[in-house]
Amino acid sequence: MKIIKATGLLLFVFGFIVFNISFFQASYTLTPELVKEKISEPAKTALFLQKAESILNQNIPSNFAFVAKVKAAFYSANDQQIKQYSITTAEVNLLVSLHREKFSIATVDSVFSSKDAISVFKNQALKTYGSWLDGQPFDTQEELKAQILGVAEKIQKYGIVNHVGFDRYQIKDLTYALTKSAAHSPVKRKPGLYLFLSFGLCILGALLYILPKLEDPSGIKNNGIFFNVMKNVGWLGMLTGTWLIVFYILLYFFPEYMTNWIIMTDPISHWLNGNEASRFFLYGLMYTLCILVMGIRMLIHYRHSRYQMLRTCSVMFFQTAFAFLLPEILIRLNKPYFDFKNIWPLDYSFFFDSRLDQLTESGALGIFMIGWGIALILLAVPIMVYFFGKRWYCSWVCGCGGLAETLGDPYRQLSDKSVKAWKVERWMIHGVLVFAVVMTTGVLYTYFTKSSWFLFFDSYQLREIYGAFIGAGFAGVVGTGFYPMMGNRVWCRFGCPLAAYLGIVQRFKSRFRITTNGGQCISCGNCSTYCEMGIDVRWYAQRGQNIVRSSCVGCGVCSAVCPRGVLNLEVKNETGRFGNPVLIGNNHVKLVD
Amino acid sequence: MPDKLVVFSYSTLVAMQHIVIIGNGVSGTTAARHIRKRSNHRITVVSSETTHFYSRTALMYIFMGHMQYENTKPYEDSFWKKNKIELVSDHVEKVDAPGSSLQLRSGSTIAYDILIIASGSTSNKFGWPGEDTKGVQGLYGYPDLQLMETNTKGIQHAVIVGGGLIGIEMAEMLYSRNISVTLLAREPEFWSNVLPLQDANLISRHIRSHNIDLRLETELTEIRADETGKVNAVVTNKGEIINCQFVGLTTGVSPNIAFLRDSGIETNRGILVNEYLQTNIPNVYALGDCVERTYDLPGRRNIEQVWYTGRMMGEVVAQTICGEKTKYEPGPWFNSAKFFDIEYQTYGNVGKDLAPDEEDFYWEDQSGLKAIHFVWNRNSNEFVGINAFGIRLRHACFDQWLREKKDIQFVVDHLDDANFNPEFFPRYETEVGTAIATKFGAV
Repeated sequence: MKIIKATGLLLFVFGFIVFNISFFQASYTLTPELVKEKISEPAKTALFLQKAESILNQNIPSNFAFVAKVKAAFYSANDQQIKQYSITTAEVNLLVSLHREKFSIATVDSVFSSKDAISVFKNQALKTYGSWLDGQPFDTQEELKAQILGVAEKIQKYGIVNHVGFDRYQIKDLTYALTKSAAHSPVKRKPGLYLFLSFGLCILGALLYILPKLEDPSGIKNNGIFFNVMKNVGWLGMLTGTWLIVFYILLYFFPEYMTNWIIMTDPISHWLNGNEASRFFLYGLMYTLCILVMGIRMLIHYRHSRYQMLRTCSVMFFQTAFAFLLPEILIRLNKPYFDFKNIWPLDYSFFFDSRLDQLTESGALGIFMIGWGIALILLAVPIMVYFFGKRWYCSWVCGCGGLAETLGDPYRQLSDKSVKAWKVERWMIHGVLVFAVVMTTGVLYTYFTKSSWFLFFDSYQLREIYGAFIGAGFAGVVGTGFYPMMGNRVWCRFGCPLAAYLGIVQRFKSRFRITTNGGQCISCGNCSTYCEMGIDVRWYAQRGQNIVRSSCVGCGVCSAVCPRGVLNLEVKNETGRFGNPVLIGNNHVKLVD
Repeated sequence: MPDKLVVFSYSTLVAMQHIVIIGNGVSGTTAARHIRKRSNHRITVVSSETTHFYSRTALMYIFMGHMQYENTKPYEDSFWKKNKIELVSDHVEKVDAPGSSLQLRSGSTIAYDILIIASGSTSNKFGWPGEDTKGVQGLYGYPDLQLMETNTKGIQHAVIVGGGLIGIEMAEMLYSRNISVTLLAREPEFWSNVLPLQDANLISRHIRSHNIDLRLETELTEIRADETGKVNAVVTNKGEIINCQFVGLTTGVSPNIAFLRDSGIETNRGILVNEYLQTNIPNVYALGDCVERTYDLPGRRNIEQVWYTGRMMGEVVAQTICGEKTKYEPGPWFNSAKFFDIEYQTYGNVGKDLAPDEEDFYWEDQSGLKAIHFVWNRNSNEFVGINAFGIRLRHACFDQWLREKKDIQFVVDHLDDANFNPEFFPRYETEVGTAIATKFGAV
């Protein structure tokens, strides 16, 4: 058994090393054909090719160098366009000199009358960005000049890169697309082989490492957790956390560097949805595999508890079928991507105009999807939480919860149980909920009125901030990257706006509670230690009080690790749910609360 | 003192008293907490074991790496200051009862108006040859755990003497660190001085399934040391010599009362107390493990070294001191433990032997990991008690049924209500009901 375990560990480490090495293993050659294919507009293609001339058909041996050079080409293209297309001071002066007391936009035609591209652009840009000036009176020539210069500055800042250059989104997308297609690497030549050597060996190794646990008698086996360098913030845990943080930062903010990894999953993506893999396909695949493999570990670990086994099967199923396979199949069928179990506001982009437009244009299925999504928010959440507690979602269905309960299970003891952490938690999670609601209200306002300014903010800007800081930064980088430092539910506990919503319902209107068993508690602390949400379960258990906390995700581990059979997750009549503490033992003693 | 208590019942008018508690285990801490809830008295807790209250029952989990010492503290460190409970880290050398003061090891003294002694137990030693050899120890408090950490470093084999709750805990602790264990027990089955034979046999089998070398009806006669003075073997009453590098002595505990010699506080095996947990000195109370009751309670021994009774005594004494004089009258007996992977709960009185007018029924699951043992009165059919193994039962149900003196048929019929297992766990009630009906008809 020891040999099997050691072999497993070895295979896993080998697979992991292959995966990491492959990150650096490509060289890149940019060809004009590639550029033409990726940048569809001919004018921009020509411009880029001119600026990228020095790297065309060159072999560049590292992703860092290649990305830097491609980006430099984009910036240089933009600089050139700005230089050429900016409205000059002379032109402004001319324009000013044509006016007395009142400005008329029509005079733009007389200043920019020639038919060359630059003149046409300037003409149109002035008319678009300066339309508000039309008919405006002015007192002095200086005043008018200042206003026109302001317009010229806006054009320089936004208009030129948007229309004749490359805006930042385009640069990001194109850099990624060009890097991916310009790569030639052993991974690209034999993606299947690399997939096996990294993903395959990691899975095989992990399973070999996990399966021998079946030899031990079943039961709670938390032996040595606090002596373990992986599970008690030792060097290995810190290293793992760092790797995860770097991975998430690359994934969300710098995907152009990880193209080799994405290429590796191309065959699976082709097979599933007919397209080449995107970064989120790679992520979804890794995510699902983590849940499946570590789910098997969880099943073995808790094979004495049917509650834990069913719950684990459930998260494995929902991740594989609903989050991973079904959306890919929908894409294959030319239907919109849709995760039927993701609920706003966790799914914060549900009401974004791009998605609503896509769904409304997809016929009956699209309309059904919108209805389904709204029904989940308005009906499923309150009704299901009333009958089962928020666990029906958080520890049985949710993808974030699924990862936390499988990959994150070895870290559950690292959550902070202090009262202080609880205070921070309440402010943070409800703060994010308010943020999500305000952001979404703005988004919907914009959707219906076509005006981006709502109350005191620009809804496009706000959704971008939310996406970067909450969607990617908090849920991804911090949420998972900090597993080995702060426990497996950092996001669910401090950040998830859906958890906040589910929690409010659970706290005030639900049949769910954790009951304590008479006077049997011995205050040992296993329950609190292993509560991933950082609830000080023992505080309640030792005074005989039901645990009715909004954050409880009902994972049931407090009950499982209790050595005296004190805790039980129960759904029953609401009466007595908030009852006074009861500690059985003495006659004649009235315990003062 | 009783006069003072009369004044106490008009409690808001009472002057603040200084209550000093010796010991910060569950008994002393519970008393302190409940006195604070009910009064404004000055409270001081003296302990030389640890600065803060921790759960003694969780010591094993620290050794096994399930928890750290910090995790075993039921209250945050700020709790004590917030609740104005003063903590003194010192050892009480002597109690000066006539002078109402304590002599501490540091040389200082503490004067008290009311003293509560909750000094706990010490591990038993029976004068075995070599019992003070290096590498031989008991397990009661935190210092013992630290010693065990040192004593077990790099060892291969350990012998544990004593087939009780601490013995099996120690076995599990060593097992978790891959140290092989021989467990010597005097009885014919593990803990069969408390459990009925069938129940004890179930646990014996379970212990052996963890590769623990359980030797029953075997006693220690001698502990041997090597030339460095460290233990290297034990000799049993059967003449076996077992090589080992560690010996755990877990043959029970006795009240920790040595420091009360010549204090004027009456003691026998423990500190003698009346039903108000008051000693012979009116302003001195005693609680928990260190107490020996001078009056009998049916079905209970006069020294009860159990977490729950310590807690219950703390609740009672707090109520008395705060002006509501209350007898210590515990409800129906209950207890629990965990033997490796098998949880044990008991309600009511299931003795190791049946009383002459008692009948019983033992049911065991095929797995050998679950069992229930019912005991009832043969004549009246009144339910007397239950042992459950690998099954969680609802305390509130059994407490009520025992108080209401329900008959065994009622209990069997309502076993469903008392199920406290997690959701989706296989149900056993029908099988148990059928089995008992097959044997007894309608019992």
